[in-house]
Formats: sequence, structure tokens, C-alpha cells
Amino acid sequence: MKVAVQISGAPSAGPDLQELLELVARGDQDAFARVYEAVCGPVLGLVRSVLRDPAQSEEVAQEVLVEVWRTAPRFQASRGSAMNWVLTLAHHRAVDRVRSVEATTAREHRAALLDRTPEFDEVTEQVESRLEREQVRRCLRTLSELQRQSVTLAYYRGLTYREVAELLAVPLGTIKTRLRDGLIRLRDCLGVSA
Amino acid sequence: MNRVDRRSGAELHTLTGAYALHALPDAERGEFERHLGDCEACAMEVRELSETATRLGLAVSAAPPRELRDRVLREITTVRQESPSHSRRSRSALRPTGPQLAEVRTRRGCGCRCRVRRDRGVAEPGRPGRTAGGAPGTAAERAGGAGPHGPGREDEVRHAEGRGEGHGRGFAEREPGRVRDLGDGAAPSGKVYQLWFDDGGTMRSAGLMNRAATSNTVLLDGPVDGASGIGVTVEPAGGSAQPTSAPLALLTFPTA
Repeated sequence: MKVAVQISGAPSAGPDLQELLELVARGDQDAFARVYEAVCGPVLGLVRSVLRDPAQSEEVAQEVLVEVWRTAPRFQASRGSAMNWVLTLAHHRAVDRVRSVEATTAREHRAALLDRTPEFDEVTEQVESRLEREQVRRCLRTLSELQRQSVTLAYYRGLTYREVAELLAVPLGTIKTRLRDGLIRLRDCLGVSA
Repeated sequence: MNRVDRRSGAELHTLTGAYALHALPDAERGEFERHLGDCEACAMEVRELSETATRLGLAVSAAPPRELRDRVLREITTVRQESPSHSRRSRSALRPTGPQLAEVRTRRGCGCRCRVRRDRGVAEPGRPGRTAGGAPGTAAERAGGAGPHGPGREDEVRHAEGRGEGHGRGFAEREPGRVRDLGDGAAPSGKVYQLWFDDGGTMRSAGLMNRAATSNTVLLDGPVDGASGIGVTVEPAGGSAQPTSAPLALLTFPTA
């Protein structure tokens, strides 16, 4: 089943955000304030989904946002959307943090990971975010159970595919494949193009 | 479109999803990024899947506290931006600044092929960086090998590469006697290939290439700083503090 529905959602921030980032790259602090408004919610939400701890999440989100300022000159629109650039930064920061913290504790809440599906934070008031959330939810439902679990554990929880395999007791090769075909199905459902 | 001819190519290709989700352990991530440089189809897929992941991120958007805004906006007034945009046009803009990856191919008849991957933000948009050491026109440049906005960190790469013979020849013509066929890849018994940064004639070690069995690609070890290029020598096992033999290859980073 392929249902590509384009609700303005994410990509609508596209050109604007991109232009703003280009201004930021030239040191424009007002432009940065506008970038902040556009990306802060997604950055904080994503970081929080991986880290869980609210205080630590805020701290990492702040680091990410400052890094957006600092490294804006590196952004290249030809390589992907501005939001992609920012959220990739956020995800990597969050995952690096969670992996370094948990390397020694062997991810004690491993079991808890399975109990909880992503929160899809209800706090958000913005209509745009709500539509985005509904669309993503709908598309996640088109995935097989294993695809959905693999993708969400990897992305929202920051697990490596090896950890996902272990957690779900599924062979490594299967998880690699499910991550790929799960994302491909999501891509098609969401109508994403590069 | 490149055909993937490495043995592990097909297997690596299935990692596009894991890579886009940042779900690869570091070691595998490095290997996959090198693969991306040779597989345009993979790079395209990674870009799409990464954009897809971005949508997942947008779906969990949260309402940030007001204080966060104040803190961030205050902090940026004290944080210097990485590279002013005008530097994109400066001479030094094309110099690699991120962690560098040099690949020295040693296939018979190809001379020595080196490529340098570098931070993707430093080359001018729309103007591909030229290959290290390659005269214009002799070096095939392929930009965009490294997927999406990757991590947004220093190891994001812009990818400049000199292709096999063209590069080797171009280089040999300009620097006669300095390129040698390295045979079938293995360093002579008891020896290793060592890479060097060329700091204006002074060589600074950039690591050893002694894992030829599985990969001829190594990360240059250390910052590029002011280095004007890289060199390759054969050294006794374990490497040397300074080169003890004539370079098999010297490559100049592009400066214009």
C-alpha cells in the first residue's frame, strides 16, 4: 500500500529555513533567532526521545542549537534539507551522549525500552507539528511489526542495530534489512525525496 | 553509476537504513562511509532515508521552555562561528580541514592512487575541489560521495578523488620518478607503508597502512593543519619518526 500524502508539515520549513541558515552562516544573529524558533521544538523532542532525562535533554539540545550557530557555514543545501542537517546533528549528539553514558552500565533499562513506544509528545500545540505527527504515525502503521520496532528503537532510542538485534532476539542480518526496508516503506508513504 | 565491485558491496548496501538512523557502531560506520564514496546509488538512498528519519524526528517535536531560548541566544553571542562564509572563496578554502581519509590503491599498473576525503563544508559549492596532486583535467572528481548530511560533524566528508591511472599518470608527468607501482598491495616483508603530512617539506607522520589485507584505505592520523600535501614511504615495521626512504608518492592538496 502506497499512500503518499503531502501535508505541508516538515518540508514547508524547507526553503525558508535554508535561506535563514545561509544568513546565519554569515553571522546574522536575528536570522539565528528565527532558525531557533523553527528547529528548537524538533531538536528538543528528538533529543528527549533518545535521552529521556529532561534536564540532560535540555542541556544537549542547547549544545546542538549552539552548534547549529557555530557550524552553519558548513551547511550545504545540495546535500539535503536544512531540517535534515539540524536534526541529524541533534540525533548524533543525543546518541553519542547516550552511548557514552551507557557504555559502562550496559544499558540497564534495556528491558524498559521495549515497554515504551515513543511518546509522540502531546505537549506540542503547533498545528503543523500535530499534522506531521499524525502522518508519521499513520505511515508507521503500514510497517510490519518488526520493521516498526527496529526503526523506532534505532531512531527514537538511539540503539545500534546490534543492540536492536539483541533486544529483539533477531539475527543481525534481519535487523539490517528491516531497518532498510522499513525506512524505504516510510519514505514512500511519506512521499520523501532527496 | 558505479557498479559495486567489492566483495562486500552487496552486503554493505543493506546498511543504508542503519546508517541513516545512526545505528552503526563506529567501526562499521567508517567502513560504510568509505563504501558510500564508491556507490552513488547507496549515497542517494542514504540521503532519502535520512530525510525520512528527519520526518520521524519532526513527529516528536516538543515545546521548549522559554529559558532555553534565552540561554541559547545569549550563548551564541560568545561563540565564534566555525568558518566565515567568505573563506569558502579563499585559497585555503579547499584545503582539507576535517579528519582526512587517504586511500592509496596499489593495484598493479595503476601507479599509486590517493584520494582525500575532507570536510564537506570547505569546498566551494558548485565548484568541485580538485584532486590532491592531480593536474586539472587529469583527476576525476566525484563530489557527494558521502551520503546525506551525515553526522554534521568533522567526519562529514566532501569527497575528492583521483581516479586510478588518470591520476597516477597525471602525477607522474608532473613529478617524474616519484610515483611507483606498488605491486600487488602488500608492503615488502617486514615493512609498512607510512603516510606523512608534508608541512612545507617537513614530514609529520599520518599513520601506517599495514592492514592491506582487508583495506587499503586508512584515516590520516592527525590534523592537517598547515600541511601542503601527503606522502607515502616504505618504512620498517612499526613505522618511523621521520621518513627513512624516498617517497613512493607525494601529493599536494589543492590550493586553488
